[in-house]
Amino acid sequence: MPVDYIPRIREKYTQAGYAPYQWVVNTDPPPWQPLRRPLAQCRLGLVASGGIYVTGQVAFHYKDDTSFRVIPTDVKTTDLRATHFAYDLTDARQDPNVVFPIDTLRSLVSAGVIGALATNAYTFMGGIYSARRVRTELAPRLTECLVAERVDAVLLVPV
Amino acid sequence: MSSALDITRAVHPPRAAFLDYPLGHTTGKPHEPALQREILWQALEAFTSLTEPGSVKMLPFTWSPDQAWQATAQRGPDDRRPRYDTPQYQTVEDRWRAETAKAVHADADRQVRSTADRPS
Repeated sequence: MPVDYIPRIREKYTQAGYAPYQWVVNTDPPPWQPLRRPLAQCRLGLVASGGIYVTGQVAFHYKDDTSFRVIPTDVKTTDLRATHFAYDLTDARQDPNVVFPIDTLRSLVSAGVIGALATNAYTFMGGIYSARRVRTELAPRLTECLVAERVDAVLLVPV
Repeated sequence: MSSALDITRAVHPPRAAFLDYPLGHTTGKPHEPALQREILWQALEAFTSLTEPGSVKMLPFTWSPDQAWQATAQRGPDDRRPRYDTPQYQTVEDRWRAETAKAVHADADRQVRSTADRPS
């Protein structure tokens, strides 16, 4: 049985003295676009929220950081770093692929499962408590980047 | 991808693939590339197999036979790090690299500006 996170998180932070968090609930039917061509002919984008950056880039901060990083999809895996305040980073720092599956995706391209990766992947630090700021500041800028990358689909990897 | 089914259902994205692993492992276990490939391959397959907007594909992997991690997930004291408002580097070397890069760009800016200020 999957964990019910919403009631557990509500309980945890009520006990810690916080007001209950207003979870985003979308009731309208989601936008829908079927894949226009087989995955083996698609260019796939990657967006990940686990706070991944490349050594040399400015790291994320932890107070509603709505910035994102542009990471070339031929990045050296050993140059990847992880920073976030709300999840255990141990395994992400051991092997970034657990929250930023770059080697996995590259091998699926080599195997012909995916046509190609976008030139860049995009990452952010998803511990942003203002849903409004994500909606108005971060998401539109990411969308712009992904459209410019001419992707056919995007894999979104939350943490 | 999703590691939190109830949160994903509330968000109601066009399509999702749920992996019942602890938070921080949305796309697999560390240093298990074959498993990671299998997970991602099955997740990407959802692009073709899901035809109903808002569907979630349940991926057939468990972290451990007894799923003992579930008992304590998001239970207990607040274990988040403080919400610092300055960049939080993984290593000291990262900070040095980033700050050096910033200094180089700032110097380049200054040089460009001072060239522009000279009378022609």
